[in-house]
Amino acid sequence: MKAYVVINGYMFYKYLRICTKRNGSGEKLWKGMLHMRYIISESYNNGYKNTKKNPYRSHYQGCHVIGRRSRAEIVESVAEAVFTSCAFCSVLVVASMTLYMVANGLPAVFQVGLKEILLSSIWEPVAKEPSFGIGYVVLTSVAGTAMAVIIGVPPALLTAIFLAEVAPGKLAAVVRAAIELLAGIPSVIYGMIGMLILNPCIYRLERFIFAGSSGHRFTGGANLLSAVLVLAVMIMPTVINISETAIRAVPGQLKASSYALGASRVQTIFGVILPAAKPGIATAVVLGVGRALGEAMAVSLVSGGVVNVPLPFHSVRLLTTALVSEMGYAAGLHRQVLFTVGLVLFVFIVLVNLALNRILKEKEGQDG
Amino acid sequence: MVRKLVECFILGMIYGAAFVCVMLLIGILAYVFARGIPFVNWSFITTVTSILHGTTGIAGNLVNTIYVVVLTLIVAVPVGVGAAVWLSEYAGGGWWVKLIVFTTQTLAGMPSVIFGLFGMVFFGVTLGLGYSVLTGSLTLTLMILPLITRNTQEALKAVPDSYRMGAAGMGATKWYMIRTVLLPAAMPGIVTGVILAVGRIVGESAALFLTAGSGYMLPGSWRGFLHKAMESGGTLTVQMYLSMSKAQYGVAFGIGSVLLGLVLVMNLCIRLIAVKGSVHSKPHPQ
Repeated sequence: MKAYVVINGYMFYKYLRICTKRNGSGEKLWKGMLHMRYIISESYNNGYKNTKKNPYRSHYQGCHVIGRRSRAEIVESVAEAVFTSCAFCSVLVVASMTLYMVANGLPAVFQVGLKEILLSSIWEPVAKEPSFGIGYVVLTSVAGTAMAVIIGVPPALLTAIFLAEVAPGKLAAVVRAAIELLAGIPSVIYGMIGMLILNPCIYRLERFIFAGSSGHRFTGGANLLSAVLVLAVMIMPTVINISETAIRAVPGQLKASSYALGASRVQTIFGVILPAAKPGIATAVVLGVGRALGEAMAVSLVSGGVVNVPLPFHSVRLLTTALVSEMGYAAGLHRQVLFTVGLVLFVFIVLVNLALNRILKEKEGQDG
Repeated sequence: MVRKLVECFILGMIYGAAFVCVMLLIGILAYVFARGIPFVNWSFITTVTSILHGTTGIAGNLVNTIYVVVLTLIVAVPVGVGAAVWLSEYAGGGWWVKLIVFTTQTLAGMPSVIFGLFGMVFFGVTLGLGYSVLTGSLTLTLMILPLITRNTQEALKAVPDSYRMGAAGMGATKWYMIRTVLLPAAMPGIVTGVILAVGRIVGESAALFLTAGSGYMLPGSWRGFLHKAMESGGTLTVQMYLSMSKAQYGVAFGIGSVLLGLVLVMNLCIRLIAVKGSVHSKPHPQ
């Protein structure tokens, strides 16, 4: 801890003088003292400073008392305490969120049974003999996220390459502005567009594919495929931004050496730059996964909403859409099970964050 | 020869991906504005949807949105900025700093539904605020905290170290230095963070849907405006979601174009600030 020390100014300057004479360290010491916010005693300033008794008057003219010790000390420590408590807010929030999610989500698990709730696939919360199996819901979320990442990441990566390596300055600025805007568009609007433009298209595709089949239940386009496409578009800005930063951070020497060895532009990009930017790109993908897992409103508008096996042309319900669509009317055990759904989502997100942390740590290790 | 073709093809894909991104944006903007603008007029913005008067409007939702934005920022900005100041000016190393960084990052990656659930149980039930604008604002406060912290931290990082040394060399105490040198210098970054946060609040739906409810009426009197914080109130986005699910596409597109207009304006503001407010582009004060 830094503390204020009151020093007898006269003795202090005498000491400084001796230090200066001995090995020239006096000046340095003086600066150090100022930097560390030591306060020069009032006796020096009031008593000796401007009298002829002070032999070093001219030398240290212009040095003043920095502040009144007691008041400055209080203000400083209050400020530090306030800032510290602000910083610990996030810890508090995460801790209480964890506590609340677990406290609200676990009771239903005990009541229904872990095996029943996670592995059973029958979801009939309001039936006479209710059944609370969220197996399909969890599976759908995982499958949907995986598919969205598989579809969304490659074009996002290509765009990031375009921004960082290929595009001339002005064009890059335009594209970057567009992507910033895409990131800022509210998710409901994506949902609306998905519902009114994407769904009819998918429906047409569905009718084409399942023209002859009699067992298929038509979804009118509101199915997992639509949800995945909307999610893929929604994670793109995140992935593009972070992987662009990663690609930009690759040292220029690597690129120069690659060109010097005669590699072409494309070879350099895919053979040298992308491998070097791998940790950053991994970060981008993990963040994309988190985003896709947690997206609720847009998906709930386009995914149909039936608890179902996650196949592209099935109307499905995901973790998030289950929460959004049922929380309004759920009561009793049904509500508690919804909190379990929330808990599952929470656990997924925490796992994603731990993975992210791990990647970042490894990256730091590489850089350092 | 074949290799050259492959390279051309890959370059074409790269250009194509970027082109698709831009077209996606243009398509979304054009579609929403084309279908929404005809609905946006003075009475759409200043009246409330009412079968009795035969009007369709979003005034109530607009007021709710403003309420939520203001209430959220009042709490989130000081706390977020304070946390950033601590992290970049006070904190040394140690496990607790790592813990704070980790939790901030966790909060940033937390989906809004989880915030909604937590807010509903904690603010709504435990603190007894119910479905209200206040519950929604407090929930969103938690959500945008990391956004503001991270932006402020970046801005503080961009303040040259010579500023700090200069202040220390002149004998300023740390708090004095933060107050008079660092925060003003970091102001453009902080404001950018705040605008991004406003964007996030305006666009947020899931968390508010679960915490703030969906009321759309305007308060009747000025006293009602004061009480509004304790009552249910849906923001524009929530109303848009509800309109969508009720297949009232006209209203939805109207709200959509108002929202997109807001997003555009805010992006423009950020751009202006980024150009004008950078620490390095300022002339040195005399």
